[in-house]
Amino acid sequence: MKPVELVEKILGFSKADDCIVIVEEARSVNVRFANNTTTTNGATHDLTLIILAIKDKRVGMVHRSYVNPDGLEALVREAEANCEFQQPAEDYFELVSGNSVAPDWDKSAITTDVSVFAGPAGELAEAFQQMQADDQRLFGYAEHNASTLWLANSRGLRRRHDQQRGQIEITAKTADFGSSAWAGQATRDFADVDVSGMVAGLRERLEWSKTRLDLPAGKYDTLLSPSAVADLTVYAYWTSAARDAAEGRTVYSKAGGATRIGERLAPENITLYSDPQEPGLNVPDFEITSSSSSYASLFDNGVELHKTNWIEQGVLKHLITPRYWAAKTGGEAAPFIDNLVMASGDNRSLAELIKGMKRGLLVTCLWYIREVDPQRLLLTGLTRDGIFLVEDGQVKGAVNNFRFNMSPVEMLGQIREAGATVPTLAREFGDYFTFTKMPPLVIKDFNMSSVSQAT
Amino acid sequence: MPKSIDKAFLALPLEQLAEVALSEIREAGASYGDFRLERLKGQDINVRDLNIERVSNSDAVGYAVRVVHGGSWGFAASYDLAPAAVRATVRQAVAVAKTLSALNIEPVEMAAEPVHTGTYVSSYEKNPFEVADKDKTGFMLEVNRVVLDGGADHVEFGVQQALENKFFASTEGTKTTQQRVRVQGNFEAVKIDSATGAFETMRSLGAPVGRGWEYMESGYDYMKAAHELPGLLAGKMKSESVKPGRYDVVLDPTNMFLTIHESIGHATEFDRVLGYEANYAGTSFATLDKLNKLQYGSKIMHVTADRTAEHGLATIGWDDEGVESQRWDLINGGILRGYQLNRQMALKLGLKRSNGCAFADSPGHVPIQRMANVSLQPARENVSTEDLISRVERGIYIVGDKSWSIDMQRYNFQFTGQQLYEIKNGRVVGQLKDVAYQGVTTEFWNSMEAVGGSSTYRLGGAFNCGKGQPGQVAPVSHGCPSALFRNINILNTVQEGAK
Repeated sequence: MKPVELVEKILGFSKADDCIVIVEEARSVNVRFANNTTTTNGATHDLTLIILAIKDKRVGMVHRSYVNPDGLEALVREAEANCEFQQPAEDYFELVSGNSVAPDWDKSAITTDVSVFAGPAGELAEAFQQMQADDQRLFGYAEHNASTLWLANSRGLRRRHDQQRGQIEITAKTADFGSSAWAGQATRDFADVDVSGMVAGLRERLEWSKTRLDLPAGKYDTLLSPSAVADLTVYAYWTSAARDAAEGRTVYSKAGGATRIGERLAPENITLYSDPQEPGLNVPDFEITSSSSSYASLFDNGVELHKTNWIEQGVLKHLITPRYWAAKTGGEAAPFIDNLVMASGDNRSLAELIKGMKRGLLVTCLWYIREVDPQRLLLTGLTRDGIFLVEDGQVKGAVNNFRFNMSPVEMLGQIREAGATVPTLAREFGDYFTFTKMPPLVIKDFNMSSVSQAT
Repeated sequence: MPKSIDKAFLALPLEQLAEVALSEIREAGASYGDFRLERLKGQDINVRDLNIERVSNSDAVGYAVRVVHGGSWGFAASYDLAPAAVRATVRQAVAVAKTLSALNIEPVEMAAEPVHTGTYVSSYEKNPFEVADKDKTGFMLEVNRVVLDGGADHVEFGVQQALENKFFASTEGTKTTQQRVRVQGNFEAVKIDSATGAFETMRSLGAPVGRGWEYMESGYDYMKAAHELPGLLAGKMKSESVKPGRYDVVLDPTNMFLTIHESIGHATEFDRVLGYEANYAGTSFATLDKLNKLQYGSKIMHVTADRTAEHGLATIGWDDEGVESQRWDLINGGILRGYQLNRQMALKLGLKRSNGCAFADSPGHVPIQRMANVSLQPARENVSTEDLISRVERGIYIVGDKSWSIDMQRYNFQFTGQQLYEIKNGRVVGQLKDVAYQGVTTEFWNSMEAVGGSSTYRLGGAFNCGKGQPGQVAPVSHGCPSALFRNINILNTVQEGAK
């Protein structure tokens, strides 16, 4: 049975006040490599069906991956039965209605297969040989996903979203694992992936690492790569629910039940926004969610998403706000959007920022970032796979890794320089939040709390 | 009474589809193949400030085919249970192996394993999916009410439950059917000083376990915790901010299980030693040249790995390569003695048999080496937590896990806790706040002076240990007693964040 037929049958069986159906068909391919050879790979085909029945403002849910067409009515009845012991939802809101069907509504799902790797695989095979000959090693991962999601409800809403999402990451190491460098890229179809260029960049950084410098823990002016900025900024975005802030339990809270909206957090040249239409970062332009939390309401399924400035010219403008919370607080709804851009208004490259640096650290990427103190959103984590000392505009050599303790929100106030905003892949959180554009940033007094022996 | 495999799972065409897959694998000329059909049933409930925020039910069925063709792995997975789709999935796995073989310079070889047939059901009393939702949410609402009545400003209680079925058949003849049940639940209270905007949180200390709903009813006393926690939280709000420096530390098992997980469990994964995780989770300082030599910790340190402990989250009958579950030493007398392996890695280590650590978290994912239950063994003597505290002149007793982070070779770590007690002259004298401990793995474990006896031993763990690309989560338990560590670096987290 075609996914759109599933959707209509389910809605036809519904006896609830309202019903929301989400169907997603996805194909994915991946390959992983280490020590200049492959380790694992895979090709998967998935189908996900979510039924949300709503009766007397109560929600019942079922979620399946395998659907027996003969059992569809039973699934709908199960969702409706699940409403019975629920409370009326505190985030209840009138569903989005619709009277038109997306033009490509009943087309088959988009697809992918292992041939998407044909180009990169050829380049990788050559790079493996070259690295092996030079006593160096490559490690990494490539993945490509193609999925189609159909969202429908009993109020006539019929939306479809096709999403291609891919990423490639490569780590280069010397044979003794003593020096390391990482590069990563988000991509839609691998046509824009230049494996040879990525490997050349990694080899340049391994070359820089031939000079080793030991530095103690302390506060350093630090040039963060766009990837490192992305990891820290994504975390700040993930914790920016308006409800949590208003309840007094996040870094965005102010005493007395207020939030910090309107407060300056960053220099005037910094704007942080999400936009489903952002070139190269296209994500769904309508809301899709299977459950409610302070970040999202399932009643908002289908709500149109538009560009939202979270920080505008350095001032906190919006927090993530579902419709029910906006209505309750008299504010403006600002749903979560699955991409993030930090606009800096500058056009200097990372290399140009290095040239302009008197003395400081250059950090390629960050790892194992975890929250230590929610009050200030203090995060801890490690520098990884490339940290260098810059003096008088030149890279002097590789430095030992550090554990840092920093708040990404307070960090915004310590920005001293910002380069050009470029597409990047967050090293740690890119798996969950793939699409970002960030500038490199020079942060004053970045707190490197202790030395890590890791290489 | 032993439970039986879920009838809905057994009603799926397991044998028939396995026969289709294995025939197709042989016809395709693969030298090895396996077929794994899984059902993963889950429920996630969240009750926040007396409102049922979420009751999410999931039920996923799918299968995976893994082949060795021309010396290379090929893996494919699907949800479509039609025999024709199974054949197509096998062909896809072979196509993946062929397409990517140009990148492979090491032909796949695996350690031998006897052929096994049988069933395994984990140890539990009450299937959580047979407990009515209204009973679960009623209990969670009551805990919410008690915590709020106790003076907390906010409370959030989350409960996750899973029923996992795995059917495995390989071209070697192994055929197993398994079922595991697990639950986890904890609530977190928030206390806010409305005048200053300062706030503190504290979480209950329930452990994720390989048990059924009986754990929520009687395995951990949530209601007692609901009564006690608001007072403890108010006390924490008023407590002194810790002065950073060196302290002796007594770790409660509710905290130390996570330190074991990060600094021993992951460090002794052989795939990390080989570099397989170098691009993602990282490598390990515990390299092969250190096996049987490295003084990992003090001489009282005995760490075992197992997939056999009752109620352990990694406990199972056979792993996802058909290897029978086992128990072995990782560290004994403080010396590094072993690793966690799959069948390929066993051969690389020069062993004839894997110790059974292959696991895939879903049918859509390939089995990779995942963690066994890694546990620190207690003292033979009856040493209590109070005995350990009595040995400390100036120190901190840390209860419950909170923030955690460790570097990519498992050297440098930093952890915090839920409840932080100041020790003076052998006695707990009050609470502290803003405490984190930082250490380097081998220095830390070599500073372990004493461990508690079996009366202090407790199983902790995690549902969602992350590793691999594409990312997979694995459930794993860690048993440990209380333990005393000397001269540990304590940070003040407020000062750490200061500009």
